[in-house]
Amino acid sequence: MSETAAAISEREQFIATKGRRKNTLKCDADSIAGCVSQRACVYCGARVVLNPVTDAIHLVHGPVGCASYTWDIRGSLSSGSELYRNSFTTDLREQDIIFGGEKKLARTIDELVEKYKSKLVFVYSTCIVGVIGDDLTAVCKAAASRHGIEVIPVESSGFIGNKSAGYRAACEALLKLIDPVDRREAAASRSLNYLGDFNLAGEAWIVKDYLTQMGVQINTVFTGDSTSDTIKSAAKASLNIVQCAGSMYYLAGKLQELYGIPYQQVSFLGLEDTAQSLRNIAEALGGGEIRAKAEVIIRRETDRVLPIIQGYREKLAGKKAAVYVGGGFKAISLIKQFRELGMEVVMVGTQTGRQEEYDTIHSLVSDGTVILDDANPAELEKFMTGQGAHLLVGGVKERPLAYKLGLAFLDHNHNRKHPLSGYDGAVNFAQEVYSTVCSPVWQYTTRQGGG
Amino acid sequence: MENPCHMCMPMGGILALKGIEQAMVIVHGSQGCSTYMRRHIAEHFNEPVDVGSSSLNEKGTVYGGEANLCKALDNIRKVYQPGLIGVVTTCLAETIGEDIARIASEYRHERNLDMPIVTANTPGYGGNHSEGYWVTVRRLVETMATNTERHNKVNVIIPSISPADIRELKRLLTAMEIEYTLLPDISDTLDRPYLAAYSKLPAGGTAIADLYRLGGAPATIEFGVTLDDKVSPGKYLKDTFGVPLYSLALPIGIENTDAFIKVLEEISGRKCPEDVESERGRLLDGMIDSHKYNFAGRSAVFGDPELVYAVTRLCLENGIRPIVVAGDKSGNAARLLPQSDLTAEMVVLPDPDFNNVEQQARAGKVNIAIGHSDGRFLTERHQIPLVRLGFPIHDRIGGQRLLSIGYTGSMLLLDRITNTLLAEKYTHYRENMYQTYYSKTS
Repeated sequence: MSETAAAISEREQFIATKGRRKNTLKCDADSIAGCVSQRACVYCGARVVLNPVTDAIHLVHGPVGCASYTWDIRGSLSSGSELYRNSFTTDLREQDIIFGGEKKLARTIDELVEKYKSKLVFVYSTCIVGVIGDDLTAVCKAAASRHGIEVIPVESSGFIGNKSAGYRAACEALLKLIDPVDRREAAASRSLNYLGDFNLAGEAWIVKDYLTQMGVQINTVFTGDSTSDTIKSAAKASLNIVQCAGSMYYLAGKLQELYGIPYQQVSFLGLEDTAQSLRNIAEALGGGEIRAKAEVIIRRETDRVLPIIQGYREKLAGKKAAVYVGGGFKAISLIKQFRELGMEVVMVGTQTGRQEEYDTIHSLVSDGTVILDDANPAELEKFMTGQGAHLLVGGVKERPLAYKLGLAFLDHNHNRKHPLSGYDGAVNFAQEVYSTVCSPVWQYTTRQGGG
Repeated sequence: MENPCHMCMPMGGILALKGIEQAMVIVHGSQGCSTYMRRHIAEHFNEPVDVGSSSLNEKGTVYGGEANLCKALDNIRKVYQPGLIGVVTTCLAETIGEDIARIASEYRHERNLDMPIVTANTPGYGGNHSEGYWVTVRRLVETMATNTERHNKVNVIIPSISPADIRELKRLLTAMEIEYTLLPDISDTLDRPYLAAYSKLPAGGTAIADLYRLGGAPATIEFGVTLDDKVSPGKYLKDTFGVPLYSLALPIGIENTDAFIKVLEEISGRKCPEDVESERGRLLDGMIDSHKYNFAGRSAVFGDPELVYAVTRLCLENGIRPIVVAGDKSGNAARLLPQSDLTAEMVVLPDPDFNNVEQQARAGKVNIAIGHSDGRFLTERHQIPLVRLGFPIHDRIGGQRLLSIGYTGSMLLLDRITNTLLAEKYTHYRENMYQTYYSKTS
């Protein structure tokens, strides 16, 4: 057996070890049946991207479960409407499967719009809608003209692909909302759109604050704390900055193609990435005074937080981390951010990373690091323990596995209630890593022979 | 529907199957279904929850998912070496008309397998998680109960309750010296101790050997008063093997627990031991201590029907007025609840969403909610405090450790309710009195 042997041989092509034999791995493929993939579905991908649009009615055209599992799913914060924190569903039943759900959908839209007076409805399709063949587009179009509002169908039937297909469906839905504008006017605006931040625990607000200090306006965020109005005006920006690239690179590309808005990748995770991102934004917007203001923020904030982070680094240096997250962007940032704490990443994987992201990961990590796509619990267990990781970064499903294996755990997921972006976020990150890696509880598990 | 009170059928199927010894579950449908449910279950129990999926894609949807399901069975067997595999369906599998019983049967035949595969039809659009739970338990019984040799283990068939509750049931059964087969039993599988070595399949669960012998039991106790005969596993065992059935409410509250103990006395021919009598005495003593505080309670109760019914009875025994009760679709809970002065304002909602519950709770001036975490919006939006009970509890720790069953558990649950009412009282009475009386004088 090779060092990356998976229990299921078909999985081996999705796993690589840096510095040994193969340098590339397979990704962006359908999950293999029975492999206990950690991935969610197309609908989930679309819902997590769109749900932070605060003043929208989020209506699931489907059965009760899809709406139940995604109700208030993200800790996204709003500065205004709280409508997005409701989960509406057409609650399709047996009869609807037989006779079709179009009338029920139209009726539900009417009732909700009447009750909540929203200007925007997202209608998500689910597995059954894709099979029974309801004409979502036609029903939405008719409802839109009946009420004089935007009713946007989201083509997110669960079986048409994986979570990435859902991101794309969400981007398509957003594109339908955006109003075209006069580009000459927009290009001079010095305002930007911030793509791929969902304002978990106020993260988009942290970035907005930095940019305001630099004299740069955020036109809209996609989609943290956004509204139907801010999204409609997205074409007025002169630059798009993209954080969560997995969910948003398609939208960024389309906005460039349709409206000529250039985009650049940013990351506000960790000191190094945050500083670099602020500098890049300043350069893209002409440098000069903006760049000088960026340097002021970078110096002031770094001076403030570096000693705190250094304090944690002294406790954490030499520890090993395992990373299993949704997208490649986050994995890449985490590898760098752990280095700021003196920690090496010994296993890194994603649910939906793209080839170029895996290439970057490969170039960043040290020899011997295991890289894997669409992992399952058995593989996570094998490689976390085999690589001697002290900590896992992951989602809610992975947390109990880490704990049962006696490993620390970092919640870098939708559930977090404290921000991990920017300078405050970097302190929170270091503190959370410290709180879990250095907790006194592990002395008892070690005594039991674990840890 | 606005803000669902329930989850979907396959969720219940997974919960039931997780209570079987060395069992794995495959959700036949698209990848997301299993992931959502795993996430929800993992968050409540703080346990790893491995569930397979046949990961149906577009091709499988058009041409049928048999190949996917067989591959999933192969892979799950390879990695987990389970003692039983449960296959539950989803909206997608049912809409495209998958015959999972046939597929499973042919799969076992072709591979010459002894390992049982239990299939349950649980379309997401067919009902809620509670209905899915019972359909799956019924299918487990129908598929497995074949050996009719008589023995002395009483069948105890339970709805979805906490691991702590299950352990308490077992303690009471043991105290009454009754041997039993408890189905399904998640008390270890979804509440594992920390161990030095990790195993992919946890220890515990209802023994597969016992499942084969359900038909030879001296009696079945089923906590399923809201169940229709066609889904009741106990009714099946009675009709098929002549096993006498005691259909009881969950032993929450003094009357329901008395009824349970009485049945145990009847089955065993033994009197209730003194220790258990003392527990009853302490519950009664505590009920008296708290009764005036409880009289201020106006409750909204929601969750799984069996739990809702039993908790509503607990409220009634203690002078707490049930104002809003989230009932079941068939209206069984509503028919069973006794009428009294305390129920004068009670509204039993058949198959509600949280929008209905919220409206009725406000109209009826509810001051305490009892149910799972999705009721947290009652607190956030209307300052109605929530006593967390049932599944899922995802915004607090320890849902698996909540004990609410038997005399002792009922006392603990009642204390949680009473103390929540008291906390509200202490927080607000100074301000209330000031506003009501002093502000008039100045």
